[in-house]
Amino acid sequence: MSKYILVEYILVGCLTAGLLASTPALAEPLPAIKSTSVDLPTGDSLFPGGASADAINNNCLACHSTEMVLNQPALPKATWEAEVHKMINVYKAPIEDADVPAIVDYLVSTKGEK
Amino acid sequence: MTPYKPEPSRESPVGRSASHSSARAVPVRALSRRSALRQLGLAGLSLLAAPTLAPALADELLKLPLPSDPRERPITHAFPQKGRMILQRTRPPLLETPMEVFDRGVFTPNDQFYVRWHWAVIPESVDVNTFRLAVRGHVNQALTLSIDDLLKMPRVELAAVNQCSGNSRGFFLPRVPGAQWAHGAMGNARWTGVRLKDVLDRAGVKAGAVQVRFDGLDEPVVPEAPDFKKSIDIDHARDGEVMIAYAMNGEQLPLLNGFPLRLIVPGWYSTYWVKMLSDIEVLDKPDDNFWMAVAYTIPDTPHANIAPGQTGVKMVPISRMEPRSFFTNVEEGSSFAVDTQLPVRGIAFGGDSGVAKVELSSDSGKSWQPTMLGKDHGKYSFRQWETNLALPGTGNHALMVRCTNLGGDVQPTSPNWNNSGFMRNVAETVQVVAI
Repeated sequence: MSKYILVEYILVGCLTAGLLASTPALAEPLPAIKSTSVDLPTGDSLFPGGASADAINNNCLACHSTEMVLNQPALPKATWEAEVHKMINVYKAPIEDADVPAIVDYLVSTKGEK
Repeated sequence: MTPYKPEPSRESPVGRSASHSSARAVPVRALSRRSALRQLGLAGLSLLAAPTLAPALADELLKLPLPSDPRERPITHAFPQKGRMILQRTRPPLLETPMEVFDRGVFTPNDQFYVRWHWAVIPESVDVNTFRLAVRGHVNQALTLSIDDLLKMPRVELAAVNQCSGNSRGFFLPRVPGAQWAHGAMGNARWTGVRLKDVLDRAGVKAGAVQVRFDGLDEPVVPEAPDFKKSIDIDHARDGEVMIAYAMNGEQLPLLNGFPLRLIVPGWYSTYWVKMLSDIEVLDKPDDNFWMAVAYTIPDTPHANIAPGQTGVKMVPISRMEPRSFFTNVEEGSSFAVDTQLPVRGIAFGGDSGVAKVELSSDSGKSWQPTMLGKDHGKYSFRQWETNLALPGTGNHALMVRCTNLGGDVQPTSPNWNNSGFMRNVAETVQVVAI
């Protein structure tokens, strides 16, 4: 009898008795929980587009890598303006006011609805 | 034709990727050009329709069946403790589970379980000897619990689906901003841990408690930004099902899935399943933090559905999941041998109750035929479904699948829409061609 089948018998017993839906996992050995260290990929690529991407590269990559934007579908300009202002007002992105138009322009030119 | 087996031998060993899934001949397996080519000749399958996956070296790029560009995503093996995943975003990580993983069994291997983080400051090391879970707030006795403390408490295990609120957002029309997931921002695991109720009882919840708030070790890059915290009502927290998991599929959690502890809220969207859980705060008033009051709210309408552009809608926190079902061995554009019985299968889940039935339509939803359900792993788990299908005429056919849960909720045949791309649960359609 596999350990999982045994657990399921316990489950059936619990349900029959009208007890909890979660299962006392008595049949399982205690899982080993070991300290863990990993290295996460840094995701430090830049937006393409040369000088037109300077504003978005300078302001947006501290919090997220480029794919957050590059995988978006085409969206209306109003949606992109709202996204940039959400980043500033809600998520406290430290974006220079003077850079906002250039960021929106980049988003609209690369991800705007045609 | 392969007879249906109630306990499919293709089910993967829990916690490991299946290596024996090809042991069973599958005439309509068409999830990639390579796998389709392997099956050629078994049932007269051919590839007249354009495959939706990048050919041959699909390890580099995969094409998601989204309604508009960009559809291509890299396949990555670059993330620690993770195998082959669809890369949606590197930092903070958004990793999607490839659909073929769900064809191998109802339990999603840890190394292919999807990953979603809000903030980029994620600890890369956790020392289980010094890690502590705080329990505080409106309690008689604040606690700081070690992993060992939790391992000594009564242990419970539960199979449950974890699904992102925005799973399948990429299919919303009109398109909406956000992670452009296909259907792989979900997974099913056996979660092992302790009941939240037992931990709260140990601290002693004071009279007047209304909610319990959960925080993890992740932090925003900008300190002024709202830390990610989620809350559930006190009665929900003490229902005996909500649990603190230290293992999934019999092993410790991958770091990116919340090591060392994750809150498990069966039947509810993953936004509540706080990862790297380090702080539990009992509240004597409703939580009004951004992640409850603004983010992850939905229109208070059936299926959270509104018309695009509709305003003035009452918004409420997202909560219970709804039933869903998927094809796992039929891909968009697959070819079928005409007038030939072929096995079609997939997975379903009931949301906040078990799967009552899964039905298949081969006429765009005009008529539905029953399917056979696989082994029941509990009401919150994925459940496999399978049937045999013969397409009666050459040409295009729309296959649809829908699940009805034990609460009587059935997947609708028209999609919902809301600004956030939350709670898609329309009966999914794949277009196939009979030749």
